[in-house]
Order: sequence, then structure tokens, then C-alpha cells
Amino acid sequence: MTDSTETLERLADSDYQYGFVTDIEQETMPPGLNEDVVRLISAKKQEPDWLLEWRLTAFRHWLTQQQPQWARVHYPPIDYQAISYYAAPKQKSEGPKSLDEIDPELRRTYEKLGIPLAEQAILAGVAVDAVFDSVSVATSYKGKLAELGIIFCSFSEAVREYPELVRQYLGSVVPYRDNYYATLNSAVFSDGSFVYIPPGVRCPMELSTYFRINASNTGQFERTLIIADEGAYVSYLEGCTAPQRDENQLHAAVVELVALDHATIKYSTVQNWYPGDAEGRGGIYNFVTKRGLCKGHDSKISWTQVETGSAITWKYPSCVLRGDNSVGEFYSVAITRDYQQADTGTKMIHIGKNTHSTIVSKGISAGHGQNAYRGLVKIMPTAEGARNHSQCDSLLIGDQCGAHTFPYIEVQNPSAQVAHEASTSKISEDQLFYCRQRGISAEDAVSLIVNGFCKEVFKELPMEFAVEAQKLIELKLEGSVG
Amino acid sequence: MLEIRNLHATVEGREILNGIDLIIRPGETHAIMGPNGSGKSTLANVIAGREGYVVTEGDIFFDGKNLLEMDPETRACEGLFLAFQYPVEIPGVANLYFLKAAVNAVRKYRGEPSVDAMDFWDLIHERMELVKMDESMLKRSVNEGFSGGEKKRNEVFQMAVLQPRFAVMDETDSGLDIDALRVVADGVNALRSPERGFLVITHYQRLLDYIVPDYVHVLVNGRIARSGGKELAVELEQQGYALYNEEPGRARRAA
Ligand SMILES: Nc1ncnc2c1ncn2[C@@H]1O[C@H](COP(=O)(O)OP(=O)(O)OP(=O)(O)O)[C@@H](O)[C@H]1O
Ligand SMILES: [Mg+2]
Repeated sequence: MTDSTETLERLADSDYQYGFVTDIEQETMPPGLNEDVVRLISAKKQEPDWLLEWRLTAFRHWLTQQQPQWARVHYPPIDYQAISYYAAPKQKSEGPKSLDEIDPELRRTYEKLGIPLAEQAILAGVAVDAVFDSVSVATSYKGKLAELGIIFCSFSEAVREYPELVRQYLGSVVPYRDNYYATLNSAVFSDGSFVYIPPGVRCPMELSTYFRINASNTGQFERTLIIADEGAYVSYLEGCTAPQRDENQLHAAVVELVALDHATIKYSTVQNWYPGDAEGRGGIYNFVTKRGLCKGHDSKISWTQVETGSAITWKYPSCVLRGDNSVGEFYSVAITRDYQQADTGTKMIHIGKNTHSTIVSKGISAGHGQNAYRGLVKIMPTAEGARNHSQCDSLLIGDQCGAHTFPYIEVQNPSAQVAHEASTSKISEDQLFYCRQRGISAEDAVSLIVNGFCKEVFKELPMEFAVEAQKLIELKLEGSVG
Repeated sequence: MLEIRNLHATVEGREILNGIDLIIRPGETHAIMGPNGSGKSTLANVIAGREGYVVTEGDIFFDGKNLLEMDPETRACEGLFLAFQYPVEIPGVANLYFLKAAVNAVRKYRGEPSVDAMDFWDLIHERMELVKMDESMLKRSVNEGFSGGEKKRNEVFQMAVLQPRFAVMDETDSGLDIDALRVVADGVNALRSPERGFLVITHYQRLLDYIVPDYVHVLVNGRIARSGGKELAVELEQQGYALYNEEPGRARRAA
């Protein structure tokens, strides 16, 4: 894995310091952030005035804010003036020209994960239109979805085509003032995905393949908005199990979900950004704000995440349970090794009556990895009959890693039932020997035990994704014992 | 098939085994008895290759191959099985899944393809009947929340599925009720064959009424103090080990 990540780093480093590269369709802004930059981004995207105003308000607010320090992660200060905030799609000549030019070690990783060739090319940054076919596949999906009235497009397209919907919901779950990174995202977001499922429609496919093919280069300030109207259902898959090439170190994405009466949104993530090398150099800083609003009664939002990559993960997918009888779920596997740091968890805010939430968090640490679960369960005075069950388990591999649990529970309604369970275990020599005595190698034994540990979360993932996630974890732990 | 010569082993620097000689031929079942702390489990662990058990002198050969040069999984793949005195719990890993991983690991070692799902299912069911194991145990995590007796039965079940050529059973009878003891013994007896060898560690002569050994050895202070036929077990049951503690060092080779 180390070799392939080095390859990624090389790929990632290969073409960044370009400064001005201007031709007719291609542009990269020079590094730096000020109001003019925000205006320029908005102008490039031909956005309506209200959106520019929203960005500017966010930017002015951001200037008054400090980077938060409370998370249990350590990193050198980020120079926001050293980042370039707008880059149009890459020129074809910049990336590798074909799969044959990709490092064989990286190819091996892809093959082990069973990633189709076409996708391998995208992920490795091979110039896209040389490769596909799949563009037409994507288009045919789109046709099928359109028949049902489902909107699934890039965020920019949504701003152009469905401005009313965007305006109604943008910032309604994660307001621009929410937190430092969300505020920054609101000012400079580049692109992302937009989904709208009309009333009573059950989206017939996982919104995934399309996404993987088309949105692998949405950049570092991604913005996603998903709305499930009354009685609608959608399952959305984000990310990919293959190691992802990305030239940006800082990622600050925002995801907003809105579920109306009786609607269900299932959002699954597998995150495998470049984690840095074995000595802790390089790697993505991933500061993400993800939140779902169960706006209607009997609505449900379910987050499932498998976090394996990034040097730093700072992420708390949350549910605001406003509608009566609404349900929030959070299933998480976070794995850290080498010098990776993860501070992740969730917030469940119970506002409506008889709202239920479930939290299942599995943290795995190997090498020098540090893993923290941070979770808030808040029962508001109005949340009569609210219930929460939280379970946070940590698994340690080796004795130089760490696991930390920070549960915050605030109960303001006496009828609420809140239960929290936590455990920390270590893969013991006894367990390893037991497996080995049955013929299973130490390495296979570790993945067997780890997969067992993660099972409750994996079973929430769509089938093929679960298989990929399992393989990913195995790759991730290669060489972590013995 | 198993040949132990002048075996000395230490645990945490302390000498536990001091000069064991034992030869077990194909088809033979040997029993080892001996007081608590005499080194019976240590011998089992050394045979299986557990870390921390350091062989300071002597050899173990398994079908002519030097066992001490193999890591534990290779020994297992070569056909060596240890039924643990204290089986380990593995939360989250279903028994069935674990067994399949084990079966496939051995098949891979032999250069065979992974087991066919239907064949595996048939094998599992046949073996489950042999040890009268309830089907619900397959879905449960390995040994997790199993009663003491259920854990021991599960060891024998695993052995029956893996069909090793040589098995060491470390106090598999401890913790079994009378009916379970008979079931487990029947299971072992069904596996006995002219090609298979067994080393059965026990404290109770009763087990040897069901699994009738060819030889009985008495292990005291890390040495075999006496060897004999199955009647030796009866004698020990009556007299205890007091006799042997007085005169350690009378190592005898099994005939
Ligand atoms: N891992 C270990 N660390 C320290 N001492 C050990 C270890 N394993 C065994 N010993 C010691 O070695 C000696 C022999 O232990 P062993 O478990 O082999 O005895 P046994 O004959 O199997 O006893 P029992 O009948 O109680 O199962 C004991 O004194 C024991 O404390
Ligand atoms: Mg013992």
C-alpha cells in the first residue's frame, strides 16, 4: 500500500505550481483569497446575484472566525492564502495518457479491489474522454431517472436549471455560519452533486456509479445537496474504495440532506483519500460538514461511513430530528494507521416527539494511528419520548496506537431514554494464535477479526460496496502485524 | 508420525519441559496425564508452535519434517490440530465463516481451489451430526458466550471438519457433562483411523474408558515419569501422583 500511495503522491505533486494557465476554456486562479476571488468564482459559474451575495456574506463572516482547536488532531497551521480557489478541469496533456503509464503497483491495488478498468483510468487521472463509453452509460441512467422526475446533476447545473430548489434549500441544514470550514466552503465552493427525488418516488438505483465516474474531480470545496420530498426514498453512495488521486491537501466539503414527511435518505461513504506516507508526511486534511435534517414526520436519515484515508479526518455526519417520529442513524468504521488521525462521530439532535436515533461507531487503530469518537446526543425539551442507543467500540492493533471516546449527552426532557455503551479491545496474541493454529495466517487472521468487528456497519452498506469495503480494509491492514 | 526427541523448552526463561521423548505412530492414540503445572499444556503449545514457548534443546519431527522450523499456520496446514484447553473467543466472526476460512487456508496450502459452497455445506452438516452440535452455533461468533462445555464441543467439531492427520486434545473432557463426554468421545472415535494419530491430555481416567488409548504417559515436572498401557490410567486414578513427585527423572520412552 505504501508504494502505491507514494505513487499517488508523485501523481499528486506532478502538476500543481502552475500559477496562471489561461487559454480559452482553461483557467486556474493564482493562490490567495479575498472578495474578488469569491466574485470571480461566482462570475465564472455565471451564478445569480443571490448566490453571489450568499457567498460574500459567508466570506465576510469567515474573516471574523478562528480555525477550531477542539478536535483531537494535530497539524501545522494551514495557509489559506497559499491555496488556489478555482481550477477549471485539467487539460488532457497533464495527466498520464493511458493506463499503461500508471505505476504497476497502483494498478495492482486497483485490481485487488476489483475496480473496473474504465474507473481505474478516471481515478488515476487519465484524461477522461479517451476512455469512455461510460459517458453514454451515464447519460442513459440520466434518462431513466428523468422519467421519474428525479433530478441528479452537478451543483452548478442545478443552480442554472433549478435555481428555486437550490435557493430554497441551500444552507437550510448547514447555515453558512455553522463552523469555520463550512463557512469557508459556503464562500468558495466549487461544485458537487444535487439530487431531488419528487414525492412518492423511490429512486430505483443506488446513485453511485454515475457519481464515481463523473464527479471524481469535484475538488476540494465540494457541496452536495440532497432533497427527498414526501414519501420519497434514495440511497446515495459517495466516494470510492480505490486510493484517490488529488492534488489538494485541504478538503472542506459540505453535504446537506433534507427529508420531508415519510421520506428516507440513506447516505453511504467510503473515504480513501491519500493518507500520507508511513512517516506521516503529506496526506489530505479532510474537514467535512455533513448534516441531515429530518424535516418531516416519520422521515429517516441514515449515514454509513467507512473512513480509511486522509492524514486527518474531521467529520461528524449528523441528524437533526425535527419531524415527529423521525429516525436518525449513524454507522461508522474509521481506521487509522501509520500517522493518520481521525476525530469523527456524529450529532443526533432530537427535537420532535418520539424521535429515535442509533449510533454504531467502530474505530480501529494500528501503527501510530490515533482514533477519536466524538458524539453528541441532545434531547430538546420538546422531544417527548425520544430514544437513543449508542455503541462505540475501539479495536487496537499493536501498542503504539490510541483510541479515545468523547460522548456528550444532553437530556432536557425527562421522558427520554438514552443508552451509551463503549468498549475497547485489542487483537490478542491468543486470538491470533488460535486462528493460526487453524491454518489461517496472521495477516488473514487480523482481517478476519477486523471484519468481524466491523460487521454491524458493513451490513448497512449496499452489497457490492460492502464487499469492496471489506477488501479495502484488508489492503489497509497489510503489514500491520508481524 | 510424531517423533519428539529430548525436548527441552522454557517459558519466560523458566525451564518447563526438561527432556521429553515420545514417539506416536500412525493410528495410535496416546494419553498424557499428570499433575497441574507439570507441563502438559506447555508440550501441546510447543508442538503447535506458540510464540513465547522456546525450545532450548531437542527436536520434533512430523512425518519426517522438522516441525520446529514451521510457523504455526504451516504446522496446521500440514495436518496438525490442537484442541485448546481454553478456546479463545473471537467476537463478530461467525463460527461457520471461521471454519470456511480455515478449510480454505489448508486447501490453498495444498494447492487446491477454495471449497465448493455446496460441498462445504454438506460436510458441515455431516460433522455437526457427528458431534451433535446445534445448527444455531454456526451463526454465532466463534466461542463467544459459549458455555465451557459448548466451547469444548466446538473444538471437536472444528477438528471433525478440518480432519487433521494428528490432533492434540488438551483437556477436552474438562467441563463436559456426562452425555457430552460420550458425544465428544464418539466424535473422536469416529475420526480414529490407521492414518491418524491422537495425543489426548486428560486428568480423568473416565475419558479413557471411551477413548481407549494405546499408551498412557505420566508427565511430572516436565518429564515423562512413566509410560504404560491403559491400565496405568486406572492405577493413577487410585493412587494419585504422590509417588512420582518423589522420584522425578525416570523418563521412559513409549514402547
Ligand atoms: N505463558 C506462561 N507464562 C508463564 N508461565 C507459564 C506460561 N505457560 C505455562 N507456564 C508455567 O509452566 C508450568 C506448566 O504449565 P502447563 O500449563 O503446561 O501445565 P499443565 O500441566 O497443562 O497444567 P494443568 O493440568 O493445570 O492444565 C506452570 O508452572 C505454568 O505456570
Ligand atoms: Mg493444561
